This record gives sequence, C-alpha cells and structure tokens, in this order.
Amino acid sequence: MLQILFDALSLGSLYALGALGIALIFGVMRLVNFAHGDVIAFCVFALLWPSTDAMAIVFAGQLPWYLLVPFVLLCGAGLSVLCEIIVFRRFRQANPATMMIASFALGFVIRYFLLMLFSSRPKSISLLPALSQPVEIFGARLPLLQLITIVTTMVILIGLTLFMRQTRFGLEMRAAAENFSMARMLGVRANRVIMGAFALSGALAGAIALIFGSQTGTLDIQMGASIMLMAFIATVIGGLGSLGGAVLAGFLLGAASVIMQVMLPIDARPFRDAFVYGAVILVLLFRPQGLIAARGTKERV
Amino acid sequence: MSLLALSDITIRYSRLTAVRDVSFSMDEGEILFITGPNGAGKSSLLRAIAGVTPVAGGRIDLAGHEITGQAPENIARLGFSMVPEGRDVFGSLTTEENLLVGTGMHARERGWRSRAADELEAVYATFPMLKERRHGQAGLLSGGQQQMLVIGRALMTNPRLVAIDEPSLGLAPNINDQVYERLIALRAQRQLTLLIVEQSSARAMMVGGRMILMRGGQIVLDGDARTLGNGEAIQAAYFGYEDH
Repeated sequence: MLQILFDALSLGSLYALGALGIALIFGVMRLVNFAHGDVIAFCVFALLWPSTDAMAIVFAGQLPWYLLVPFVLLCGAGLSVLCEIIVFRRFRQANPATMMIASFALGFVIRYFLLMLFSSRPKSISLLPALSQPVEIFGARLPLLQLITIVTTMVILIGLTLFMRQTRFGLEMRAAAENFSMARMLGVRANRVIMGAFALSGALAGAIALIFGSQTGTLDIQMGASIMLMAFIATVIGGLGSLGGAVLAGFLLGAASVIMQVMLPIDARPFRDAFVYGAVILVLLFRPQGLIAARGTKERV
Repeated sequence: MSLLALSDITIRYSRLTAVRDVSFSMDEGEILFITGPNGAGKSSLLRAIAGVTPVAGGRIDLAGHEITGQAPENIARLGFSMVPEGRDVFGSLTTEENLLVGTGMHARERGWRSRAADELEAVYATFPMLKERRHGQAGLLSGGQQQMLVIGRALMTNPRLVAIDEPSLGLAPNINDQVYERLIALRAQRQLTLLIVEQSSARAMMVGGRMILMRGGQIVLDGDARTLGNGEAIQAAYFGYEDH
C-alpha cells in the first residue's frame, strides 16, 4: 500500500514539475511550449561527452552532486532562455497557434541536434548510484531515490511558491500572467519577465532530467517527449496557465497511472495509458476549463 | 513646453481607420476631457499614448521625449500612468499587491522601498477602504472599489500624467461622484495632469477644464468645457447634425 503511494507520488512529481514548466511559460506568453520535452532531453545528454558509440562516455555526470545539480539546472535554464531569445521573441505578436508550431519545430531542431551528436541508440548510465539503495520505512522497502524525488519536488514547489508570493519578480510574473499589457503599462519589463519564466521553466526541465535520468538509468533522445505529453495533459486538466492546477493535475495523473497499473486486470495492463487518457477525457468533459481555471486567460486585447 | 503632444496621429485596425490625423497638446497641471460617442477613437488614442496600440502615422512626445513606437514599460517610466477601460484589476492578486506592481520601475533608485511604503500609505489615506481590504483578493472588490484601486495603482508609479479611460463605466452615479471627488482632490494635492476619457460631456462640464470632442476618429471641438457645454455647437458636433 505504502509502496503504491510512493510510486504515485514520485511519478506524479515528474509530471507536476513538467506541467509547471509548461504552465509558467503559458502564463506569461500564451505559448504552449512543445520544445520543453526536448530541453529535458538536452539536459540529460549534457552529462555525456558527445559520441555516437553505444557506450556512454560520462563527462559532466561524474561531477559530485553539489556541482552536478547546479550544472544541469543551468544547462536547462540557459538553453531555455536561448530558445526565447533566438526563436520565441520573434513570435511575440504572432497568434498562439503559430507560436505552438514554432515550438514543435524548435523541439525537433534540439532533438536532431542531439541525434547528430549522440545517435539514436539509447545509452545506459548510472547517475548518482548511491541513490538506488533501498531504505526501509514502516515496513516498506523503497528506493532512496524515490524518497529524494518526492522530497526534492516538495522543496521545489514550496520554494517556487515562496518565490512567486514573496519576491518582487514573482509579483511581476503573476501580474503579467494575468494581464500582460496592463502589467507593462505599470512599468513591468516584458523581456525580463518572459526571460525569467523561460529560465525557471528550463531549470525545472533540468530537475526533471536529473530525476528521470537517475531513475531509469537509460538515456534516449526521445525521453523528453513522453514526459512532455503527460505534462502537457496535466497543464490542460489543471487549467492552462494555473500553476497550482498544473501541479495538482500532475500528481493526479501520476496517481491514476500507478493505481491503474495495480488495479487493472493483468490482461488490461498493457492498455493502462488508454485508461488514463480515457479518464482525462472524462475530466475535460465535466470541467473543460480545467480543475482550477486561471484568471486572465481570456484574450488579451 | 507641453507635457504631452500628439501630432497627426493616425491609428488603424487592419483596414478600419479608428483615428485620423489627430493633434493636440497638454500642459503640465492641465485637466483635459476627451469626450465623444462610441467608436470615436477616444480609447484608441489613449492606448496609443500608452504604447499598447501601434500608430500608423504621426508622432507622440511626452515630457520632452519622443515616445512613438516605444514599449509601454518605457513610456510608464517617463511618468505616464494609465487606468484602462474596464479597470483591469489583477483579480488573483491581493489589493496591496495590485498597488505594488507599479513601484518596481523605480527599483534602481536609492531609497525606493521607503518611498514606495510612503506612497502606499498616501494611497491608503485617500482610499481607507483599500487599506481595510489590503490582504483580500482584488477580484472580489466591488466595481466602485476596483475603480478606486486602479486609480490608486496608477498613482503608485508616481506619475506626472494620469490617463483614465471611462471611469464612470458600470458605476452607480453616487459611486461615480465619489470617484470624481477623490480625483479632483488628488489633482489639487499632487499637481497632477489628468487626461480623462468619457462618453458623455456632462461630467466635463461639471468638473470644468478643457474638453476635446471627438467623432469618427477626428477632433470636432476643442475648448473650455463649461463654455462649450452651454452652446449648441456641442450638440451639433456630438450628434453630427451638419452631416445630414
């Protein structure tokens, strides 16, 4: 039982962090950033030395954890900000559909860049191997990594909440997310807020990369895309643009996946995702605006 | 030198021309009403000055700087503060957070924190109701309270020129009277320059000051609100009798 709870929480953590990264950018730009998953993949591969061999040549991945973590977070933030400056800035005035297509294209560029450097063969590494030892809690044997995943996610969520509530920059981001042009008329700098959102979102991608990389031990250039899909669904269920909703829905999705994995009859388990998506459709039928509807998602004039 | 000067401003929305070759200027301390029927281009004009609506032609100067095509946040830094139509309160933020959004642009200056705190107290002194609800969600305030909030929010940036788009919209007449009472008091207290858009010229005649009447994207009358208000010219201009 406890095992199921922890499985649900740790899978939910990944989805929640991913959803948050998407919701942050959607909030200020009305952009659904499909390149987010590829930023995650990029962060993971930043640990390796470029080579197309099947053997992974671990490079940055050998750093001690206190250097490794900031390095990966910075990689994510840096790439994300770069995407904004080089690509998305030119689409500010474009309609949301155009921006979305641009993000798809950008995602492919990043993915094929990785393909070129690392080939499409999955590589296995053991990242932070100390974390895969099991620990015993209340009679359940849990991988330490799972605990750390959950704790880290909680710390990130609390930290981000405090950041959004207590700092000047957080205030400006929330104002801009609700009504961008009004915020600008009050002197909030558009570029600063948008770059900040991209940096935060990219750092979150880095966090996911670390967690996912050490959980699976397999690196694959497609890996970001699978999380991205679930995270995107979580942002929609949560109410596009609502940060709280994204996190809540991320955890719900994680829980739904894990519970179905356990509860479904053996024969139906391969179709687990179909059941999860079915549940998603049901939720959207009853609450098309999402669980927590964001303010100010009405058209900006 | 005038604080605000527009020359030959034209604003287009795709093929529709909302404002055509409008020029006027305002001096420091002046109160100017822009009135006119729906679709006269009043709001477009304000939004163009604020930098959120692009102009198709002409030039705008504020406090000695050309601001045509500038970003809204830079125009705000020159002392222009806007209260848009429909108020645009940040509904999910608290009352106090709404007021504080605009203080960030002085964050580079020394002592801005204490100045922002003073400013906050001054706004609360003018609108005690806002202080009572300071930690409440701004979206839950009544229409009149929200109007007070956005005026307070505009003042927090320490502006030289405040532009207000239809402050009477959706407010009961007695609440509207209160709003204007505070505005007039604030203007005397801070030597504010006020640019107010209203659909009806009645308020302009009551308050006094200068009035511009727009119709079909052009200025049809410009003069003292009280003298204009008594003549028949205003009726003709407002309803456009001479066209028929």
